[in-house]
Amino acid sequence: MDNLQIATPEIFLLAATCAVLVVGLFVQAKSNTVYWLSQLTLVITLIMSLSQIGDDAVTGLSGAYTVDVLSASLKSWVLVIAIGIFLYSRDYVGNRKIARSEYFVLGLFAVAGMMIMVSATHMLSVYLGLELLALSQYAMVALHRDNGLASEAAMKYFVLGALASGMLLYGMSMIYGATGSLNLTVIGDVLAGNSETLSAERTIGARFGLTFLIVGLAFKLGAVPFHMWVPDVYEGAPTSVTMFISTAPKIAAFAMLVRLLVGGLETLSADWQQMLAILSALSMVVGNLIAIAQTNIKRMFAYSTISHVGFLLMGIVGATNEGYSASMFYAITYAFTTLAAFGVILAVSRAGFEADQLTDLSGLGKKNALLAGVMLLAMISLAGVPPAVGFYAKLSVLESAVGAGFTWLAILGVIMSVVGAFYYLRIIKIMFFDDPADDIEVNPAGDVTAGLAINGLAVIGLGLAPGLIMGACIAAFA
Amino acid sequence: MSFPILSLTIWLPILAGVLIIALGDRPARKLAGVASILTLLASLPLYFGFDSGTAEMQFQESLAWLPSFNINYALGVDGISMPLIILTTMINVIVVISAWQVIKDRPAMYLGAFSIMTGLMVGVFSSLDAMLFYIFFEATLIPMFLIIGIWGGPKRVYATVKFFLYTFLGSVFMLIALIYMYKQGGSFSILSLHDLPLNQDQQYWIFLAFLAAFAVKIPMWPVHTWLPDAHVEAPTAGSAVLAAVMLKMGGYGFLRFSLPITPDASAHMDTFMIVISLVAVVYIGFVALAQRDMKKLIAYSSISHMGFVTLGIFIAFRLIAKGDDAGVALGLEGAMIQMISHGFISAAMFLCVGVMYDRVHSREIADYGGVINTMPIFAAFMVFFAMANAGLPGTSGFVGEFMVILASFKTNFWIAFLASLTLILGAAYTLWMVKRVIMGPIGNDKVAALTDINSREFWMLALLAMMVLLIGVWPNVIGGVMHASVENLVQHISTSKY
Repeated sequence: MDNLQIATPEIFLLAATCAVLVVGLFVQAKSNTVYWLSQLTLVITLIMSLSQIGDDAVTGLSGAYTVDVLSASLKSWVLVIAIGIFLYSRDYVGNRKIARSEYFVLGLFAVAGMMIMVSATHMLSVYLGLELLALSQYAMVALHRDNGLASEAAMKYFVLGALASGMLLYGMSMIYGATGSLNLTVIGDVLAGNSETLSAERTIGARFGLTFLIVGLAFKLGAVPFHMWVPDVYEGAPTSVTMFISTAPKIAAFAMLVRLLVGGLETLSADWQQMLAILSALSMVVGNLIAIAQTNIKRMFAYSTISHVGFLLMGIVGATNEGYSASMFYAITYAFTTLAAFGVILAVSRAGFEADQLTDLSGLGKKNALLAGVMLLAMISLAGVPPAVGFYAKLSVLESAVGAGFTWLAILGVIMSVVGAFYYLRIIKIMFFDDPADDIEVNPAGDVTAGLAINGLAVIGLGLAPGLIMGACIAAFA
Repeated sequence: MSFPILSLTIWLPILAGVLIIALGDRPARKLAGVASILTLLASLPLYFGFDSGTAEMQFQESLAWLPSFNINYALGVDGISMPLIILTTMINVIVVISAWQVIKDRPAMYLGAFSIMTGLMVGVFSSLDAMLFYIFFEATLIPMFLIIGIWGGPKRVYATVKFFLYTFLGSVFMLIALIYMYKQGGSFSILSLHDLPLNQDQQYWIFLAFLAAFAVKIPMWPVHTWLPDAHVEAPTAGSAVLAAVMLKMGGYGFLRFSLPITPDASAHMDTFMIVISLVAVVYIGFVALAQRDMKKLIAYSSISHMGFVTLGIFIAFRLIAKGDDAGVALGLEGAMIQMISHGFISAAMFLCVGVMYDRVHSREIADYGGVINTMPIFAAFMVFFAMANAGLPGTSGFVGEFMVILASFKTNFWIAFLASLTLILGAAYTLWMVKRVIMGPIGNDKVAALTDINSREFWMLALLAMMVLLIGVWPNVIGGVMHASVENLVQHISTSKY
């Protein structure tokens, strides 16, 4: 085992999580000890991750693990967003019959899984990270065990997730057969070699493997036509878990996509570009069109996520470094914008009342202008209206698609973003133009309000100064 | 770099708007009043310090903003954009006065939204970077969406969503065109886009993309249908700003983007553009004649007048083909003066309707009659603005229309003939409305109970009347600053790009 220290943040996180798990057994169900310990763990891990930014790329653990600019910055974002998730969901899990210490412990394990995915440069470590994340999420979806909808969602998630894992493993094994390695760097080198080292049959084998790999990835990302599980899982899961699933894991999924397709299989880019272009186009169209018909916020967000996955893929379709940084920017901004939106939904819900219907937000502008303002910013950002940060995310992926000659995809994208604007506007309309259905006050805890205010400021502030993240994203692929 | 007047004019109202919303309803009116006057004062040096002898961009500022995309925070004005900025800041003052007593529901948000929108609109007219322009152009949709949606009439949700989606759909095509040109030339600088070599196909596609954005915004027939809805449902000040300034973004876009970037495609498409402009002038004029709702009537009248603007712009290519450069400048300047003049007149008309609506709560023409008997001062203003809207000589409404008709005459008698129909139609629908609303015996008890305008309303209308009269008798007050820039534009669009 060489270079173990490059994984210090993950090792610390896992060790601390185990400690939190034990502590959780001894504290009272109502105490906030586990919550604070979890936040402390995340903050310390964040500091450790941040300290890795700027270092040269180091590969260790027999080539299975790499720390570079990409991994360090993505990990930091995952951790920042996880801190936000825990903050927003604290009262939600506290007020419901959810095993709250398990919620935080499973969340920490999922974060560890994401961090491993971000750094993995070996198919085994990619898979390891992915399954650690996925298994934690299956359990989190099922935390509401008395709720039939939640159990059903968890089953669906588990079965389809396992199917996707199977696809991934099958693709990986074929690529192993074709190239003789699971190490992504080695795979890249072998595929880049000339025809003498790689016979025609082996190239075909690698392409088959690639196809299965992409199917698996599309399942995990929720790209059309492998998206069937997304709406049901989003709707069935407790809202705090929906928030979890829809934010930070997108960043990890982006990392996995880049590590596999760019790190290992970039030589086959002519093959995967076409597949991703179709997945991207279908996801944008289907996601946006079906989202219009939804009355449940969580389902609406599920379809909206599908459409955003389409945009995310649009950046990668070009197979250029600027496209990858555009997608990275998209993943990060999408995650913290969605975090803000779900944060508001959680703040509006209370014990015995799930704010999961669109009408549950009616009159929020009158009840709590700050929350409504944050939601407004999140919505215009998701719709891609300047000056919110989501506009630059769309701009950069469109720019990379046009640059790579996929102008038709870019045009489809902008038309679909207008369709998307319709249902985001509807939320603004419900909050500001409709009268409140009741006069129950909406007053979340002070730290939650502060968190949401910061989150909303980030959505608009990073829109005014998008260079702050953009620079890091470009550096990651320089 | 000298003192950043443009940045001040953009950010002062935006920050003031945020502050107004943050501080709540109590100090909102006074704050908004102070902010709007300060913004107007901040913008005045643009006019008085303007060097009308040059076509160079003036008051320039430039900062690297998003270096990875070569997007700069680049500002500057020439004779085409500067008058529109002054118009914007003036209308903002009028808006605050008009809302002073009228808005009871959440005044801080209302005034804050208008203040923010003022800054964004100034940003539209002063951006020298295409992406910065796009950002301001789109961002104006958000406050307007909220203004119509929160303070609008009964069908406000339908109207505001339609408004947003129509204009958003139009401008995303522009976004793709901008990205495409950035990929070709490596820059978003508007001035360098002007010099970007483009072949015929590229020009056509880019022209159409821009057309989608600007035709919807201005709005041209047949993509105008969002406008009457938006106007009818918008609160008074919303209608005023929409007609006075937001529509001008479309006309400005044609002048700043379509013509110089795609001169050959514009020249090839000129017949098409002239025809749909004339349809707007004539057909929409007839539609206006049939309206029963005063706001709708003025909205259709706006579309008809904007048809004049596009006519003046695209007639230019006919005249270029004839080698009549003076005629080209006449048409373009006519279009620009028409935009400014319409800004004041339409704002005034909407505010007049607002004054009556505040008292009677109806915009139906049939609910009035004989208003002059109970509101003589108001009636004087209303008749004056109606005359200006009909293009009476001596008012600003005459100048632009006359110049455009004169330019049309130089190309084709029938174009000029059809365009001049607006003088008859415009007079018909405005005067007929005035006749039914203002003149005659008192129509009903509600009109009998009317009280004349107070001093706040008086000054609001008087300011606008002064501007309408000033431009009417001394058109050079705005025409003078335009010459050099227009000549430069003519030079540019008469040179083929390939």
